[in-house]
Amino acid sequence: MSENKYIPKTKLAKWFDSRLPLLSLSHHLKEYPTPKNLNYWWTFGGILTFCLITQIVTGVILGMHYVAHTDHAFESIEHIMRDVNYGWLLRYVHANGASMFFLAVYIHIFRGLFYGSYKAPREVIWIIGVIIYLLMMATAFMGYVLPWGQMSFWGATVITNLFSAIPFIGEGITTWLWGGYSVDNPTLTRFYALHYLLPFLIFGLIVLHIWALHVPGNNNPIGIDVKKNSNETMPFHPYMVMKDITALLVFVIIFLWFVFFAPNALGHPDNYIEANPLVTPAHIVPEWYLLPFYAILRAIPSKLGGVIFMFAAIFVLMLLPWLDTSKVRSSVFRPIYRKFFWVLVITVILLGYLGAKPPEGIYLILARIATAYYFIHFLILLPLLGRYEKTDPLPMSISDPVLNKSGLMDKFKKAATNYEGDNVGSFK
Amino acid sequence: MLVLLNRLLFIIFISTISFSAFSEELNKNYLKTNWSFKGIFGTFDRASLQRGYQVYQEVCAGCHSAQHLSYRNLSENGGPEFSIEEAKAIAAQFEVEDGPNSDGEMFMRPARLSDKFVKPYPNVEASTAANGGAYPPDMSVLAKARAGGADYIYSLLMGYEEPPAGFELDDGVYYNKYMPGNKIKMSAPLLEGLVDYSDGTQASVDQMSKDVTAFLVWASEPHLEAQHRMGFKVIIYLIILLTLVYMSKQKVWSRFGAKKEPEEETFDKVEKVVTEYEGEDPKTFK
Repeated sequence: MSENKYIPKTKLAKWFDSRLPLLSLSHHLKEYPTPKNLNYWWTFGGILTFCLITQIVTGVILGMHYVAHTDHAFESIEHIMRDVNYGWLLRYVHANGASMFFLAVYIHIFRGLFYGSYKAPREVIWIIGVIIYLLMMATAFMGYVLPWGQMSFWGATVITNLFSAIPFIGEGITTWLWGGYSVDNPTLTRFYALHYLLPFLIFGLIVLHIWALHVPGNNNPIGIDVKKNSNETMPFHPYMVMKDITALLVFVIIFLWFVFFAPNALGHPDNYIEANPLVTPAHIVPEWYLLPFYAILRAIPSKLGGVIFMFAAIFVLMLLPWLDTSKVRSSVFRPIYRKFFWVLVITVILLGYLGAKPPEGIYLILARIATAYYFIHFLILLPLLGRYEKTDPLPMSISDPVLNKSGLMDKFKKAATNYEGDNVGSFK
Repeated sequence: MLVLLNRLLFIIFISTISFSAFSEELNKNYLKTNWSFKGIFGTFDRASLQRGYQVYQEVCAGCHSAQHLSYRNLSENGGPEFSIEEAKAIAAQFEVEDGPNSDGEMFMRPARLSDKFVKPYPNVEASTAANGGAYPPDMSVLAKARAGGADYIYSLLMGYEEPPAGFELDDGVYYNKYMPGNKIKMSAPLLEGLVDYSDGTQASVDQMSKDVTAFLVWASEPHLEAQHRMGFKVIIYLIILLTLVYMSKQKVWSRFGAKKEPEEETFDKVEKVVTEYEGEDPKTFK
């Protein structure tokens, strides 16, 4: 934790802080030492916190106008869009906010993968993060059901039906989840209740995520340990706060551009058709952020196998700190891993693309190859790389590599000019 | 900053491909029109919306409901903007059931501004039964419920043709170039001069299609103009704020490490680098 301790200045502060150390906490958060070389990919943690708060605030207000009943849900959404003051704004922020939340979380996760942020001593942060991601997917899925459009209904039907693949107890579980024999009003009301509940669990886990982060401190692009309270770290406030706000504003501009000028671009038009259990849409597709897993689900020929692999695709991430045995964190110094990292990024994007395509012909073949590669990356390549990859030499401190950057020659020439006067030619 | 923005946009672009891939499958080459409501500054053409309402009312409303709209919407800002009196007169043409009254009886009364658009059929089943087994979809959010949106609806209205040779059509099914599967149970709804525009506009099929499409887009997004206006202001505001914040951030960061390293240290470093650069003989540099 923070090395420079908070010393209360007044008697009252001392009295209060010894009973509830809130002042110490805020002092810690302000002075929390962060490596000075954090780049903009490190700003997504703050952006994600912003996303969650935005979703909770807009969600609570939407909840005041929404009616969780199969006969009224669709109508109440239209009521929000038409009659509630700025209801359209709230709903579009909430709907696009979900997409932006996932965009940010994917960047955040891939940043962790690239810089090895999951490695010792940060395994617990990473595992909590994976749990948050799982809860986010559950929350987003249930939220998408609430408008009770065609994709809501059929998406819910497809996903809840997955549980029926479990041998012996599957049918029972599905009936229990539905609260009946098909997706119906009891399903909608419980999804609403859970959609309201889960974000607060996520909030709690984020507190733990940050707490766990503040024990070892931030990883950094170089991936070596930093000496705390040296000239290698800077206090969180105002340095990181200013950088985070800058990145956040860029993010918010993109976010609101969608809200105001393309609010339905990330959704499916079928969800503006009220749910009808008698009419199945031509293609049932989940929201874009779930597509990679949907592709894995459909790539496996058996239903149970598909379900197992889909969940395994997420749980394999939890094992990542032990699958990747390389002692070097940052892929800046891992020339081979770095290449495989980008192959993985492309694989996941390809899986997302294939998840939106019908599972037939070339799409199915590609989905199978991509699924296989996804698991090979984590289960085979990473352990092997840890053993055989020849990593580049690590610098002694995070200040060092600054000297080896491209700007060096300029700096050097400038120094040489100062040294020799204007006659640089003699040096050349 | 710019690099980061570019990367972000690239990622968004990549990830949007995966979801749009599906809709593009259905995306035929729809007829393109310069809709006034498209783009950042898009607004509706009031006269067109008023004519569009007329087409909806006289042609579509016989079968298609628009149950989420209220008569008051017709006079609200950003819509057709009929005057309150006109909207009241429009509402009064319809009868709605109200009650129960003090005797416990339900009764019929003329519609008021606060009433929702009266539906042509009491329920979906009645509507389906009366239309040869095909439910004429509710039109409140139709423009958002179809891939292609306004272009699709306009193209569909213009897309009635004789079926190509060998194309089998059942009774009560029509050929439409833009309908997925090319079979539609709605006969061509618009005929030259079908409505009598009060503003003297020529009621060609093309004109009526455009007007009613614009009306349907407004119906599904009644706050579109407010959305565009606010969006523009918000984005400009945020860009200015971003510039200021970025400059403050640079200022704040310049404070860090501002205390200069002792000059000697700098010289040591330079000499070290020079040695590496020139090999073992630093003399040439001297």
